[in-house]
Amino acid sequence: MQEVVLAMLAKEPSHGYGLRTRLRNALGPLGEAMNDGQIYVMLGRLEKSGLVATERAEVLPDRSDRKVYALTAAGQQRVADWLTEVSWPKPDLAEFHLKLVTAAAGRLADPLVIVDAQRRELLLRLRDAQRAAMSEPDRSDAGLLLEGVVLRLQADLRWLEACERTWTGRRGRS
Amino acid sequence: MSDSTDAPVLRTRGLCLEYGKGAGLVRAVDDVDLRVATGETVAVMGPSGCGKSTLLHLLGGLDKPSHGEVWLAGSRLDQMTEKGLARLRRTAIGFVFQAFHLMDELTATENVELPALLAGRSPRAARERAAELLEQVGLTDRAAHLPSALSGGQRQRVAIARALSNDPLVVLADEPTGNLDSEATLDVLRLFEALHAAGQTLVIVTHDARIAATADRLISMRDGAFVDETRLTGGATGRLADLAGFAGLDG
Repeated sequence: MQEVVLAMLAKEPSHGYGLRTRLRNALGPLGEAMNDGQIYVMLGRLEKSGLVATERAEVLPDRSDRKVYALTAAGQQRVADWLTEVSWPKPDLAEFHLKLVTAAAGRLADPLVIVDAQRRELLLRLRDAQRAAMSEPDRSDAGLLLEGVVLRLQADLRWLEACERTWTGRRGRS
Repeated sequence: MSDSTDAPVLRTRGLCLEYGKGAGLVRAVDDVDLRVATGETVAVMGPSGCGKSTLLHLLGGLDKPSHGEVWLAGSRLDQMTEKGLARLRRTAIGFVFQAFHLMDELTATENVELPALLAGRSPRAARERAAELLEQVGLTDRAAHLPSALSGGQRQRVAIARALSNDPLVVLADEPTGNLDSEATLDVLRLFEALHAAGQTLVIVTHDARIAATADRLISMRDGAFVDETRLTGGATGRLADLAGFAGLDG
């Protein structure tokens, strides 16, 4: 998340408050997880590592939220590197897969019951994500993020269908 | 569950539809017992060929079952004459199809007012009702357009408005988002949620998890039979922000 803040500063120097507002706008309801103080903690850390520098706004009284943050040359380099990276969140399917395998092997639980419970949970998440998407204005930044959440949940639900088919077949044979 | 939802508006008992004979006998719908309460949204999911569309046709009186009963409010559909069924379909059931099934040569307004005209309402009343419905689905500014001038999502919203024309007891929808992109799907979902909030009873057959997630109850169908039923009430344990991988700036 450091790089996100640096990239926002690459547009123009800004107060912490302005950065927070821009993050909120881009994240919509997902930005509620963000604590108001976090941006200042992070900016302090970035300043210590020499990626940003502060300027005090003239005329205004000396309060911490009146500091204006700007990228240093090192900060600019970090942003440039980040933009060309191809990192991607790792899906975490192996644990669930192994849950089904071990539950069946040890006769600890019926894999199909586990699949059903998981499907119900994913459908509830899908419902929540969709409701959030529906209350976003058309083509908003946050709406696009929510569409990504919805599409990933759909993919997970399709995988659960495949799990169900396979484990139904295995139960039929045993 | 509140008292008002206890009496099912739509009910089947031992519903079967069979094709073929002897060793070639296929049960497209196999001993289905369904109860749909007034105001409830029920989604039926399953792979293609599981019998879910056939089930919907039986529920709407478009097909006759081999055995079993279909009740809509006080009427028993499986014993009705063709004429009686046709009248019931016009007045008590709203259909929504994957391919929209609009009349190409009629405008949006004319498509929507058609069921009211067929049910014997005056042209003026039918026109007023159509205007009201097109406003409800957000298409007042498209009222005079032919279907060919509308997007897929807009066509489906016209089809939904048409389905509501005679204040049906139940709306039966067959893959309503099957031909739509994700933005148009969201429009249709919004509309279904609004109908649900207004107390409309809905039975939706779909393989689209997005639709299923908006239902009160989800039924899974395999080989013509119901194999699982889930009530989709209560909250998810996962937080929305976690699903997007955003756990705050510290995360």
